[in-house]
Amino acid sequence: MNPNYLNAERGIKSWLFTTDHKRIGVLYLAAMLIFFGSGVVLGLLMRLELIAPGKTIMEAQTYNALFTLHGVIMIFLFIIPGIPAVFGNFFLPILLGAKDVAFPRLNLLSWWCYIAGGVLALVSLFAGSGAIDTGWTFYVPYSIRTGTNVTLGLSAAFIIGWSSILTGLNFITTIHRMKAPGMTWFRLPLFTWALYATSWIQLLATPVLGITLLLVIAERYFGIGLFDPAKGGDPLLFQHMFWIYSHPAVYIMIIPGMGVISEIIPVFAHKKIFGYKAIAFSSLAIAFVGYLVWGHHMFTSGMSNTARIIFSFLTFLVAVPSGIKVFNWVATLYKGSIDLSVPLLYALSFIFLFSIGGLTGLLNAALAVDVHIHDTYFIVGHFHYTMFGGAGFIFFGALHYWFPKMFGKMYNQGAAKLAWLFLIAGFNVLYFPMYVLGWQGLPRRYYDYLPEFHNLQLISTIGSWILAVGLILMFANLLKALLKGPSAGSNPWGGLTLEWQIPSPPPVENFEQIPVISRGPYDYNS
Amino acid sequence: MVIFANITQNKVDNVFLFVHGICVALLAVVTVAMIYFVIKYSRKKNPKPVDIPGNLWLEITWTVVPVILVTLMFLYGLSGFNVLRKVPADAMLVKASARMWQWNFQYENGRRSEILYVPSGKPVKLAITSADVVHSLFIPAFRVKEDAVPGRETYLWFQGDDEGSYDLFCAEYCGVQHSAMLTKVVVMSADKFDGWYSSDGAVPSPPQDLPGHDLFIAKGCSTCHSESGQGDVTSPVLKKLFGSKITTVRNGAEVELIVDEDYLRRSIIDPDADVRKGFLAVMPSYKDALTEDELRSIVNYLEKY
Repeated sequence: MNPNYLNAERGIKSWLFTTDHKRIGVLYLAAMLIFFGSGVVLGLLMRLELIAPGKTIMEAQTYNALFTLHGVIMIFLFIIPGIPAVFGNFFLPILLGAKDVAFPRLNLLSWWCYIAGGVLALVSLFAGSGAIDTGWTFYVPYSIRTGTNVTLGLSAAFIIGWSSILTGLNFITTIHRMKAPGMTWFRLPLFTWALYATSWIQLLATPVLGITLLLVIAERYFGIGLFDPAKGGDPLLFQHMFWIYSHPAVYIMIIPGMGVISEIIPVFAHKKIFGYKAIAFSSLAIAFVGYLVWGHHMFTSGMSNTARIIFSFLTFLVAVPSGIKVFNWVATLYKGSIDLSVPLLYALSFIFLFSIGGLTGLLNAALAVDVHIHDTYFIVGHFHYTMFGGAGFIFFGALHYWFPKMFGKMYNQGAAKLAWLFLIAGFNVLYFPMYVLGWQGLPRRYYDYLPEFHNLQLISTIGSWILAVGLILMFANLLKALLKGPSAGSNPWGGLTLEWQIPSPPPVENFEQIPVISRGPYDYNS
Repeated sequence: MVIFANITQNKVDNVFLFVHGICVALLAVVTVAMIYFVIKYSRKKNPKPVDIPGNLWLEITWTVVPVILVTLMFLYGLSGFNVLRKVPADAMLVKASARMWQWNFQYENGRRSEILYVPSGKPVKLAITSADVVHSLFIPAFRVKEDAVPGRETYLWFQGDDEGSYDLFCAEYCGVQHSAMLTKVVVMSADKFDGWYSSDGAVPSPPQDLPGHDLFIAKGCSTCHSESGQGDVTSPVLKKLFGSKITTVRNGAEVELIVDEDYLRRSIIDPDADVRKGFLAVMPSYKDALTEDELRSIVNYLEKY
């Protein structure tokens, strides 16, 4: 057997200090699954608490800490790094025809920042004066006056931010400088375009979050008064600064997933993608307009009416490029030769769930409606449909698509489809009732609720169990394949992009010889 | 246009139905097309795909049509928003103030209440402030919500036409009792409201001999420190506390002390200084919320409680 990146070197040190982009991708994957698992457990505990009004299994203070950490872990440790850190690291250089990213050592540093921040977040659960209870949004003045472990939680997010910035920097340079001969911008696979758009947001928006978090820490220790009206400050300043990062961040979460869809659909329809340029440029459009819509998180904040109106219009506009992508994907299926395999199932689920999430986003964008549903369960439903139904599902899709390439093993298709069925059923039973609850007026982050909300809360909790079964089935199936799955071969799906032209698992430096590119990524029938 | 129970709900729900209708239609088109293509062009039925790299007219269509649609939705949403933000000139003003974890409403004649009583058929403007952290005043039945922000006065308005009692929630997370920070809006006939409005203003409470008891209720102490004597990690039981020996945490070190008048005063003015061991420092300072007389009265009450 020829040596590949998995067996070329052995021992734990060869992994922890590797500069091979593929190994770093796998390191991210392993760490991320642990964090994701912790986030899922926190979520299940919250759902269990909410199964009936009043106290079920925990005190209010515990519940508040759980939803804070569920948010921090899922957002900062799973969805934001998610696809770029795992599949971007692993496949970006291969898709470009390069041997590694531009700065391999910086890449390793990014992973270590990620781990340090993640461990700090978990430590903050147990250390000091109690787990952070501010919500993942850290709104002042509450985050300044609460006695819990805010500083540790914020430091964790700050350090993880570095990982994101460095990865963005690395990818931008790699895409500009490391393309193989003949790999023009319009021969780039669309996943690469998506990573490119995402990397710019990571690089430009994340520092604002870093600054904001440091200011809150400074406020806690020195009382400088930036956010304190008694000293001439303003709590709304914090909200602006927080959302200037955290809204673009939702596009960091979703654009890479859209890139994966644009890879999966042409492969399984076995044809050229419809509207290549429209899809590529719509990623950039989303990234750009996405910078200008943060105020829609503040439609009831006391911000001026004029500002609310402008942000509402810009928010509606950002829906257009997302719509363009969806229409082009569906058009790609037209007259294809479609193989409904597991990765495509996940891609189509993404389109369905993300459409629900995105379209309910239009309801949020409509000023009059948002005033009613803001800060209710409607919002919780909305962002779980976009973030979990969208980014989460396509993370699973990417995992099933590239698993045979990354590990050289194939998983059981039937079991994977069964797991998918549990996931999509559980997902909808879990999150759809939240839309209704929110419309009925149940505010979010409520430890306890009035009896009239009980039935839907109960249904939602049952959904969380179905979803959990799906997750267990899915990971068990993949684990089994990893241990004793049959060999996958180098190109099980019949893909044309470069990763399918090299052995599975890929050799250490990807290509014996840097390839020369003479055609587009989806030219199936030429 | 469907007619709903009250003006603000009417406006919001009609915008909702309009946007919702467009969304459901779009979702249906995308989903049906997707499923139809997957079935019709499955690899079994259609082994040879046809390459179509794109179509400029289609791209223009599904860019321009959505731009028109979102502009319509934006404008309709804006029309509803204008109604929500334009307070009728004859609105009755009520000052709403929030603190952890209690609402307080003050009427123009100085009358205070923890329940928002309003006359039916009359617009009510709430001028909203917060004494500590960000809260949000939310009345689902009227589809109105606005944050209560320290250092800033915000507003909303609504008009209750049907008599009855409606939920009022805090919608912005504000700490451990966030989900308990709720009260009622009671819409009464104009006559009944006038009767209540011009009555003497004492907060109705069960007869109590101890001075300070009314203040203990009115200032919201009893929201957390319940009189029934149950406590949790946020609120120690105050019954028979005076004179007992307790352990507190002061600057991270444990201190043993006997509860005296001085300790009670300090705990109300500067609750973070001495925190009972095993409890969280979540109580806000009442330094600015109590006059010296009120403070003395509450401390006296607790000494005999």
